[in-house]
Amino acid sequence: MRRGFVPFSKIVIVLFLLILSQGTAVAEQPLTSEVAAVAAAPIEQALRDITSEDAAVRSAAAALLIAQGDASLLPTLDAIRAEADRATRQAIKPVIDLLKNHANLTSAQSDTRRSAAADLVGTGHPEAIIWLEEAAAKEPVWWVKYTMEESAQLLRLRADAHAVRVGAVKKLGELRSQNGLSALKELVEAGVQSGATDEQRALADAAHASIGQIDMWSWWAGAIETLFRGISLSSILLMMSLGLAIVFGLMGVINMAHGELMMVGAYATFVTQQAFVGWVSPELFDWYFPAALPVAFLAAAAFGWVLEATVIRFLYGRLLETLLATWGVSLILMQAARVYFGDLTAVIAPQALRGGAQVMVGVYLPYNRIFIILLSIVCVLGIYFLLFRSNLGIRVRSVTQNRNMSACLGIPTRKVDSYTFAFASGLAGIAGWALTMVGNVDPGLGQNYIVDAFMVVVTGGVGKLAGTIWASLGIGGLNKLIEPVSGAVYGKVFILVGVILFLQWRPQGLFAAKGRNADA
Amino acid sequence: MPEHERVRPDSRETLSLYLVGLVLLVVLPTLNVLPAEDSWLHLSDFRLNQFGKFLAFAILALGLDLIWGYCGVLSMGQGVFFGLGAYCMGMYLALQIGAESVYGSELPDFMVWTQVKELPLFWYPFKSFWGGFLGAILVPVLFATLFGFLAFRSRIKGVYFAIITQALAFAAWLVFNRNETRLGGTNGLTDFKQLLGYRLSDPSTQRGLYIITVLALGAAYLFCRWIVASRAGKVLIAIRDSESRVTFSGYTPWMYKLFVFVVSAGLAGLAGMLYVPQVGIITPAQIGVLPSLEVVIWVAVGGRGTLIGAVLGAVAVNYGRSVLTNYFPEAWPFILGGLFVVVVTMFPDGLLGMIRKVTARKQAPAPVIKAEGRTAA
Amino acid sequence: MTDGDLILNCENIVMDYDGFKALNNCNFRVQYNELRVVIGPNGAGKTTLLDVICGKTTPTSGKILFGKGINLVGKNAEDITKLGVGRKFQAPSVYGNLSVWQNLDLSIKRPSKGVFPTLMGRSSPAERARIEETLETIGLSPHAHDRAGSLSHGQKQWLEIGMVILQEPSLLLVDEPVAGMSDKETEQTGRLLTSLSEKQAIVVIEHDMDFVRQIAKIVTVLAEGTVICEGTVEAVQADDHVREIYLGRAKVAH
Repeated sequence: MRRGFVPFSKIVIVLFLLILSQGTAVAEQPLTSEVAAVAAAPIEQALRDITSEDAAVRSAAAALLIAQGDASLLPTLDAIRAEADRATRQAIKPVIDLLKNHANLTSAQSDTRRSAAADLVGTGHPEAIIWLEEAAAKEPVWWVKYTMEESAQLLRLRADAHAVRVGAVKKLGELRSQNGLSALKELVEAGVQSGATDEQRALADAAHASIGQIDMWSWWAGAIETLFRGISLSSILLMMSLGLAIVFGLMGVINMAHGELMMVGAYATFVTQQAFVGWVSPELFDWYFPAALPVAFLAAAAFGWVLEATVIRFLYGRLLETLLATWGVSLILMQAARVYFGDLTAVIAPQALRGGAQVMVGVYLPYNRIFIILLSIVCVLGIYFLLFRSNLGIRVRSVTQNRNMSACLGIPTRKVDSYTFAFASGLAGIAGWALTMVGNVDPGLGQNYIVDAFMVVVTGGVGKLAGTIWASLGIGGLNKLIEPVSGAVYGKVFILVGVILFLQWRPQGLFAAKGRNADA
Repeated sequence: MPEHERVRPDSRETLSLYLVGLVLLVVLPTLNVLPAEDSWLHLSDFRLNQFGKFLAFAILALGLDLIWGYCGVLSMGQGVFFGLGAYCMGMYLALQIGAESVYGSELPDFMVWTQVKELPLFWYPFKSFWGGFLGAILVPVLFATLFGFLAFRSRIKGVYFAIITQALAFAAWLVFNRNETRLGGTNGLTDFKQLLGYRLSDPSTQRGLYIITVLALGAAYLFCRWIVASRAGKVLIAIRDSESRVTFSGYTPWMYKLFVFVVSAGLAGLAGMLYVPQVGIITPAQIGVLPSLEVVIWVAVGGRGTLIGAVLGAVAVNYGRSVLTNYFPEAWPFILGGLFVVVVTMFPDGLLGMIRKVTARKQAPAPVIKAEGRTAA
Repeated sequence: MTDGDLILNCENIVMDYDGFKALNNCNFRVQYNELRVVIGPNGAGKTTLLDVICGKTTPTSGKILFGKGINLVGKNAEDITKLGVGRKFQAPSVYGNLSVWQNLDLSIKRPSKGVFPTLMGRSSPAERARIEETLETIGLSPHAHDRAGSLSHGQKQWLEIGMVILQEPSLLLVDEPVAGMSDKETEQTGRLLTSLSEKQAIVVIEHDMDFVRQIAKIVTVLAEGTVICEGTVEAVQADDHVREIYLGRAKVAH
């Protein structure tokens, strides 16, 4: 928080005098250039006075400039400040801050308006209350409007009139103001001191109630943010486990290289970005990201196709062997990435995915995370339609259930195998594409999630889409729930213990396949 | 025991066993001591010590072979038990450093850095050699009993078990890396000076450790062979071939799995215990997912389901690694990965299977485990 | 017929697989020393019936009383095996990587099959004699030391029967024992089962009607999870209801 260098109490006193002497006319009317022109003479005088040797004169001039000046004075003030001595600079700084922030309250950029509103609190200038309230009345963006109202109340808190302060305390509580918390706590402390006046005690009581409201709210906000982080991790796990679950459930293959296929997708995104940097005009740079989607999908699918054709086809029906062979493949892919790309590369997020949304007071959701959650939903729906509503899906499922019969019916089982595997690998590619938005692209990318993803598959039960979804929600959510309490490491340990205990209760996972071949 | 009732011990196999034992126990140490340093016959202290390390790994491989090769249960968490054994011995050795440490404190150095003022309670048993020795076997055994009980009793099988043990390795690695577990964090335990009063830097101490390792390997081998040759050993193979049939023959498969899992954990602990004084350091890097999987590849390369295969694989792969990482440090992960793929897809019976195939034409059918029925789901 | 004569009494068994009732209020009784054949069209619930008896699956509801009134529902498979129920599966299920002898040796009835007794245990001369005898019975003496995995399909079927015999069950459940056997082998199997039934109760599932005629005294017809008819082969084949649902659907019977 920026604080003026001029003693706070002095400014307050001078300003109150000014407001009283000038009446409310100036304050209530917007400071148009017409008004400024009328007041031109005192302003010019003040501009001269501000360099005065006399501290009192400087203060008075500053106060006048604040009350009557506008943004048009900023260049002049900056010029004065550049040449002035220390005392003058100190006197001018709050003037510049206030005038600049005042002007910024009507900026076209909502972020600028919001930060101006927040900065005005630091100046501690009561005049700003009216500016803020006027701006708030016209403000279209709720979050900016909220900050303006909050700032106005924070400034009111410093008023002299007891009633105003009590009002502000209550209002801050209603606003669930996180920024007001420290000021309110000070009031509470002042109220419990031995020499406290009745007014201070009344304030302390009101502040106490407001703090209660705010704390309650921030608990909820924290809970919602934790939930969001959990869902975000869950959706990453989900995207990864979907591919795993498809090849495991439908084809009986444990693909330990799945994480590395994801890494392939991430590197494909990186390479696409580099291609855009090299060959496409900078204005179109952000388009690299959508362009990278098919690249990532196809690159990972191609790797998967080759993997199926060269290794996995020899191992159908031998689960543990597929696990080991694909582990070998994952080692090779990881080392290849390390040798070729080096250890650390990152992708620049497109403009649209930077920043985040303030959905409610105290809850800020980054766009990249929201994007990943939405993407995972799209993937689930896509897979559902592909497997259960399309011709290809019927073929895949029929091969799964009875390979020989399907072959007799003219279904090219070999082709179905390789397409299914390539598709699942492509899904990993998409997951990798999305993951570039939340982390670096590095050879260990897949390893970070693979253990958790397999936990999801195990917990969810084999070959059940619903099981995979619920299990990834559970494991992702638990991870983020435990993390703040015990740290990420013990979070993982708890999850492992949890999964083992869960399997005591349901050895086949959440959604066990039933029927007489269930354990065949 | 009548002839037809047990696995016919191949007379050539027995003979070659004695031969290998003789070479390991007598010839190699002699070559280390007697010939002059510049003689081509001389085996350097470094090589002998390195070989001792490989033989410790061979004990680890034996344990995995017992559970995976014979019983068909793939444990991808052997590194954890190895690490537990190694850390127990390491804690004893760390406390033996005493006043020789960098800070001259009775506490291990890392405790001084991390401002631990007093020896944590769980370190106390490791003040004595017997604490370290027994701990190195019992801690992994008890841990495996608990973990295995929970896993096998609820009938977690096949890949499910493999994945759970992998998660175990991952979690253990994370935990051992933490400083607050008071086990030296990422740096692990190192800088050991003496063992029972013998200087670890002294070549004769290392030679002694090497001989102890050979003896331990021999004992472990005979122990495993005893298990495999017993009727319980047949039950293990039966479980691999058809677990449900075993149930309907009146056995409780999970008890057998638990038993063999615990034995394998004990062997892993023994291996870890022998590893530490010879290598002089134990860090969490020996515990994680990859080291646990490397054990699997040793056994797969050597030939699973044959005890000699496990020993052979552990020594061969590690020797290959030490040679290759010298010349092409970046190539090792490629080779390791390639080994996984090639061995699993093309040589499911490993080196020993290949050797047996070649000699099988002249000999009566040897008890090689065929690939049939090795599906685990 | 009093309950005292029954070795097996299944009352109102329901096996519900997600809405599909593989067994629907099935009542099934077997007497001591009886050889009972169960027939029925595909999907009638024959194999499921054996599965719930031997503990492979747990029925949704119902009671299965065995011997002197022991309820088998809720017991696990190895305990039911120890109580004296033997099971031979439809697809021959033997230990392919063990020798024929070892297969039989593992199956033989012993006081304890716990880990440590098994680890220390050695076969007694009596046990070896029993194995030799069984090898004779199932005709596998020349193959005693071959890998079981290298046997022919019919030989594996016999080996599994031999394994079950050595368990000395008081109730033997046999699922399609002659599938894939030649006529001669089928006949031998029939004789074997008949001679076994002098000492123990046997329930056989079979499709081959010639074989059924050879061995069966009483046949139970199962359809859609319930017993619809019970009687001699002739009586059952003459039954209109059976003809309608069984012969009408699949012309297995002659």
